[in-house]
Amino acid sequence: MKVMVSINLKPGVLDPQARAIENSLSSLGYTEVSGVSTGKQIILDLDETDESRARQKTAKMCETLLVNTVIENYDITIMDEDS
Amino acid sequence: MNISVITFPGSNCDRDVITAAAEITGKQPTAVWHKDTDLGNPDLVIIPGGFSFGDYLRCGAIASKSPAMDEVIEHSLRGGMVMGICNGFQVLVETGLLPGALIRNKGLKFVCRDTNLKTHQHGKDIMAGFQDGEEMVIPVAHNEGQYFADDDTLKRIQDNGQIAFTYTPMGDETDYNPNGAALDIAGITSENGRVLGMMPHPERKMSDTVGGADGRRLLTAIIEASQS
Repeated sequence: MKVMVSINLKPGVLDPQARAIENSLSSLGYTEVSGVSTGKQIILDLDETDESRARQKTAKMCETLLVNTVIENYDITIMDEDS
Repeated sequence: MNISVITFPGSNCDRDVITAAAEITGKQPTAVWHKDTDLGNPDLVIIPGGFSFGDYLRCGAIASKSPAMDEVIEHSLRGGMVMGICNGFQVLVETGLLPGALIRNKGLKFVCRDTNLKTHQHGKDIMAGFQDGEEMVIPVAHNEGQYFADDDTLKRIQDNGQIAFTYTPMGDETDYNPNGAALDIAGITSENGRVLGMMPHPERKMSDTVGGADGRRLLTAIIEASQS
């Protein structure tokens, strides 16, 4: 089973990369952009067929290593087999 | 006086800190590889600067899960003294031994320069050798050195006296905070006062030949405090 972990900075944590992107978009004339945030995705191939167990195990991995919950939020998505 | 210095793949200040500590104590510190689980019965563990595991995932994250760090956590839970410098500070916040996090510098750039530090603790634990308000010039060199914590945590570490060093102006300097750190924090201690993390590199200011010896003064104080 493929599991995707999306990791984003918590609101209030400075995201200088996003700010640089926002400035660049604005200088290109995309004035309709009023906010940018960046994050990362980690895709895991799990040897697991049960969705809730997969979520549980992934959450444990997030809390242990993948995510620093002081500054980051995460979201777990079970991906379609063929995606 | 036993000092152990942990080396991870990508550490690059381990030899500097070993040399500095050996000069101060007259005794060679124990070099511990990250896969080792025998720290050598240290009075003080130093986690050096560098780019452990290439800063992959987050600075210090992967190093914080290494076998040697499990032993450092045990050492700390027994009341042992631990000092993390730069990447070592990042490793310590990732273990949870120190509160908060270190995030990308506010100015988006790697910062490598002298900073003026002020001490905020004296008379106890790892900071026992400092007077309150003492100033020292120590260089920083980092990309992710902006100390961050939520407001409750910042208040707690202030109330507990866990702020060890802050960046402070030298004369009428205005850009004295090199990375945008909350409350100008350059270094903090754990709640029990025995674990210290700091972004500046004292091992790089060991003599007038390299522009000053404030780092020697700082390291000597920490080492002496760990002895008692």
